[in-house]
Amino acid sequence: MKPSPLTAMSASLISCHSCHLLCKAVSAAKGLAAVCPRCGARLHSRKPNSIARTWALVIAAFIFYIPANVLPITKVISFGKAQADTIMSGVIYFVKSGSWPIALVIFVASVFVPLLKLFLLTFLLISVQRKSQWRPKDRTRLYRITEAVGRWSMTDIYVVTILVALVKLGSLATIEAGPGAIFFAGVVIITIFAAMSFDPRLIWDAQEPNNERRKQP
Amino acid sequence: MANNLDVLVQSIISACCPVIKKNTGFVRMKDLKFLIACHECDLLHLRRPLPPDGTARCIRCGAVLYKRKRNSLNRVLALTVTGLVLFIIANAYPFLTFRLEAQVQETNLITGVIELYRQGMWIVAGVVLLTTIVMPLLELSGMLFVLVPLKMRRQPWKLALLFRSVRSFRPWGMMEVFMIGILVAAVKLVKMAQIIPGMALYAFMILIFILAASAAALDPHIIWKTLD
Ligand SMILES: [Zn+2]
Ligand SMILES: [Zn+2]
Repeated sequence: MKPSPLTAMSASLISCHSCHLLCKAVSAAKGLAAVCPRCGARLHSRKPNSIARTWALVIAAFIFYIPANVLPITKVISFGKAQADTIMSGVIYFVKSGSWPIALVIFVASVFVPLLKLFLLTFLLISVQRKSQWRPKDRTRLYRITEAVGRWSMTDIYVVTILVALVKLGSLATIEAGPGAIFFAGVVIITIFAAMSFDPRLIWDAQEPNNERRKQP
Repeated sequence: MANNLDVLVQSIISACCPVIKKNTGFVRMKDLKFLIACHECDLLHLRRPLPPDGTARCIRCGAVLYKRKRNSLNRVLALTVTGLVLFIIANAYPFLTFRLEAQVQETNLITGVIELYRQGMWIVAGVVLLTTIVMPLLELSGMLFVLVPLKMRRQPWKLALLFRSVRSFRPWGMMEVFMIGILVAAVKLVKMAQIIPGMALYAFMILIFILAASAAALDPHIIWKTLD
C-alpha cells in the first residue's frame, strides 16, 4: 500500500492559518469555536464551507461581470453632450488612437484577468468536487495565480477615479463615473474574496488514500 | 515521484520526532514547535534552522513555508517609519495638476474619492478609499505599534490581535495598482491637456517600493515567537 503523506489533518493537528502554530484538534465542545492559543485566530483544519462559499462568490461575480461590461463605466459631458464609455469602448479608443500598450493593459486587467480568475476557480472547484487526481501541484500553482492577479483588475476603477478628479471643467468637460463602475468594483472585490475562501488543501486531500475516513466531523 | 517524497517526509519526521505515531493522534505539545504544516497542502515538515535569507519550501507543493531574514525587525521598523512619512506627504501635497489653457485643476490623493462620493458612487468611493488610503495607513501604523514596543523590550498592547489584523490588511492595500491607473489616465488625458505631477505623486511612488521592501524584510515568525 502506498504510504499516505503525513498531513496535519491526518496527525489530528490543526495549523493556525494566521501564525502557523500547530495545535491539537480538540474533538470536544461542539459549537464552541477552537481558538489558536498563541494568536487568538479561529482554528479550522480546512477553511469552513470552502467549496460552497467559493461557488457562491464565483457565481455572483459571473453575474456582476455582465453589467460591469455592458453598462457605461464613465460619462464624458462636454458642451452639454454626454458620451458614455464602457470598458470595451475604452479599449477600442486606445487601439484607434494608437496607444497599443495602454489598450493591452486595460484589456488584460479589466477583461482578461477577471474572466481568467473566474474560469480557473470554476475549474479548481469542479476538480476538487470530482476528487481529481490530475496534477495537484500544477493545480496549486493555478490557485496561486488566481490569488496573485486579482488585485490588478482594480486598474480601471482607479483610472475612473483619477479622471473624475482631474476633469472638472464645468461646461467645457466633466467626467462622471457610470453605473458599470459599481458592478466592476463588485466583480473585483467578490473574486478576491472567492480566491480567499477557496482552500488549496482540498486539492491534496483527494490525493490521499483512505481520505474518506479522515473527513472532517 | 510523490511516493518517494512521502516516504522521505515520514522518515524524517519519525526519525526526529519519534513521539508522533501516525494516526494515533498522540503528539506532545513541545514537539509541535518543531513542526510546521504547509498552508497550501497541509503536509507536515520539520522546522529547521535556515541560512540567513534562506527560504524553506514545501517539498510536495512548493509553497513557501518560512524564511529567515537578516535583521528583520530593525529593517521593517526603519521602512515603516519612512513609509509613514511618505504617506503623510502623499496625502498632504498636490498629487496631480490638470492644466487646460487658463483652467487649472489641482488634485490630492483623496480628491477622486470625494468626487465619486458626490456623484453618488459611494460604493466605488469606499473601495478606492479603503484600498489606497485606509488599508496602507492601518498597515503602516499597526506595524509601528507592534515594532516600537518590541524594540523597547516591552510587550506590545494586544500584540496577537494587532499583528493578526496587520497581516490581514496587507492584501487590501493596492497602491501599486493605483500607479498603473495613473499611467493609463495620464495617457488618456495627455492629448487634451497638460498633466503636471505633484510632490505627492513622487512620495506615493517611493512609498510603493518601501511597502514592497518592508513586506520582503518581514519575518512574521519572529513576532509570533515573542508570544510563546
Ligand atoms: Zn495562531
Ligand atoms: Zn505544500
